Amino acid sequence: MRYAKKEFKPEVIVEEFDESYKLGKADDIAYSYKGERGLDEKLIREISAMKEEPEWMLQNRLAAYKVYLSKPIPTWGGDMSPIHFEDIYYYLKPAVTEKKSWKDVPASVKETFEKIGVPQAEREMLAGVKGQYDSEVVYGSLKKTLSAKGVLFLSMDEALKLYPEIVKKYFGTVVPMGDNKLAALNTAVWSGGSFVYVPEGVDVGLPLQAYFRINSESAGQFERTLIIAEEGANVHYIEGCSAPSFSSASLHAAVVEVVVKKKARVQYTTVQNWYKNIYNLVTKRAWVEEKGEMRWVDGNLGSALTMKYPSCVLAGEGAKAEMLSIAWAGKGQHQDTGAKMIHLAPNTTSQIISKSISKNGGRATYRGMVRINKGAYGSRSKVVCDALILDEKSRSDTYPTNKIFEEDVILEHEAVVSRVSEEQLLYLMSRGLPEHEAEAMVVNGFLEPVMKEVPMEYAVEMNRLVGLEMEGSVG
Amino acid sequence: MLKVKNLKVRVEEKEILKGVDLSIKQGEVVALMGPNGSGKSSLASAIIGNPKYEVIEGKIAFEGKDLSNLTPDERANKGIYLAFQYPAAIPGVTVREMLLSALRTRNKEVIVSALDLKKTVEIEAEKLHLSTELLSRGLNEGFSGGEKKKMEILQMRVLKPKLLIMDEIDSGLDIDALATIAQNVAEMVKEQKMSVLVITHYQRILNYLTPDVVAVMKDGVIVEQGGKEIVDRLEKSGYR
Repeated sequence: MRYAKKEFKPEVIVEEFDESYKLGKADDIAYSYKGERGLDEKLIREISAMKEEPEWMLQNRLAAYKVYLSKPIPTWGGDMSPIHFEDIYYYLKPAVTEKKSWKDVPASVKETFEKIGVPQAEREMLAGVKGQYDSEVVYGSLKKTLSAKGVLFLSMDEALKLYPEIVKKYFGTVVPMGDNKLAALNTAVWSGGSFVYVPEGVDVGLPLQAYFRINSESAGQFERTLIIAEEGANVHYIEGCSAPSFSSASLHAAVVEVVVKKKARVQYTTVQNWYKNIYNLVTKRAWVEEKGEMRWVDGNLGSALTMKYPSCVLAGEGAKAEMLSIAWAGKGQHQDTGAKMIHLAPNTTSQIISKSISKNGGRATYRGMVRINKGAYGSRSKVVCDALILDEKSRSDTYPTNKIFEEDVILEHEAVVSRVSEEQLLYLMSRGLPEHEAEAMVVNGFLEPVMKEVPMEYAVEMNRLVGLEMEGSVG
Repeated sequence: MLKVKNLKVRVEEKEILKGVDLSIKQGEVVALMGPNGSGKSSLASAIIGNPKYEVIEGKIAFEGKDLSNLTPDERANKGIYLAFQYPAAIPGVTVREMLLSALRTRNKEVIVSALDLKKTVEIEAEKLHLSTELLSRGLNEGFSGGEKKKMEILQMRVLKPKLLIMDEIDSGLDIDALATIAQNVAEMVKEQKMSVLVITHYQRILNYLTPDVVAVMKDGVIVEQGGKEIVDRLEKSGYR
């Protein structure tokens, strides 16, 4: 069914997306080091030497490289065949080194940060800002109040230099190198990423923000993030991604490890808006101890293919975990996302709320697992996955897996696939909203349960993106 | 204000309206009565531009302009408003958010403040004895029948249309709710010179909202038109 007169607007297509994609083209950045394409042991040794790493980290990298070589490329999930692993630059180092104050940051870099909103974040008194320019952190600031509380917020490279004993204690304990091929690759070539350490009983208060950005064609980005919340600590970490345009596929394979100690609370919010030729294959996992609480809030809007299933291991009695996610699959996109909740201890609770939208031939897949081990009695888990399909060309699939080895548990699962109904569109149009705005409104309403958990500035940005994408759907 | 001339409308190959003529002047209340299935609601659908209702002959003019090429939103922005018999639910969207978008779309020059709108909506809700708790819920989501009807009138009060069409607003309403709604509508007629087309099967609402003209529809055509005396007669002898 179509309305009497269509509003003709140019369709937003991937190739022309620049016009509406405000971050624009790849910025011109000088690299002090750009290795050969492809990966071998020699490059790994070079990376480690350049970073002046301790021997154990080099050995860890080399061991992970062997694991990487031994594992096949996953054949489930999305199509990874367009990734040419041999054509990727595995290490890039911008010509500028880390700057302490905003004044020292070169103008060209500043301009890019301007576009991705770092100064804005500064003005808004956010706790700390970390921007990642390819493989090194070029700018970072940490508010004095944080240091006074003993909170560490650094790049992983810095952390390895300054606090090697903490890094060594936790690195690879939540996501071991053998977990999957991409996690092994990350362990072998990781560079950058954030390190957050919150001491016992400290509530960080303001969210910690990091901006990530890939800025070189075919630059693989393998950042490594480690967050440790000691007993009773509380922290919210925000990772917002955005990338400029590229012509060939670029790989992003991050690993995020979160350790939530007794009664600690961690929220990890991600806004992923990679350009639509990026392969985003991420391993994220949290280890949650007694009465600890972990919450992942995950928005996936960009990339060609995203495969990401943030997990929580509920290891201590009374631990809680939550996953709220939004996936947007537009033209040429496949969002293969979900969550894993592993209940090891009694009276643990988990909740997964997943909302996906597919449009213009996009494909959204929910792939999730809930596992309740023997002995995890009194545990509860609730899974809600709602899919909204906006046209006939698009697709949505749900692959839930439940492995329950304990009788005294409660497991709920709801899955609803819906479309924007003609009644809803007519209703909103009869109030004066044009068709695409009416549709965007229904879509935003569908996402609202997750959006309300996202900080305001991100929610506004996501609403805007949804509106932008909807405009292309009319006609 | 509204002129419907020899209107023939088809839904999925079936002719529903077979040559309807009807006029509504500014500030006039017109009651459209008739048995179930006579085509009353179809006329409302055709006026607002529901694309399922295909106009095959005749025309609908609003303020002297033909509406046939206009989409529902364009018609709404000209000042036509339908209070739906079965309003759709919009989960996750509050009535304020919806009205804010609608007002901003209609008039891009005037800056509509979200805060002012919030106050306006609260005042209107109070006048309609509508619980303010409903204002922060998804529009029509889990509302009772009466709440939905009142919410339709609330939106109308904020959007201030030139023509209000009420489709079976009285169904499922108790007397108090009906009186409240009628009073809120009558106020708009008096203060804004709003025109009203009341589509109803029963005379109940007409006890609270006195019509200037009563038209009777049967089998897709207007069979009778006159004053309020028609209502009394129908009340006694029913539709024949």
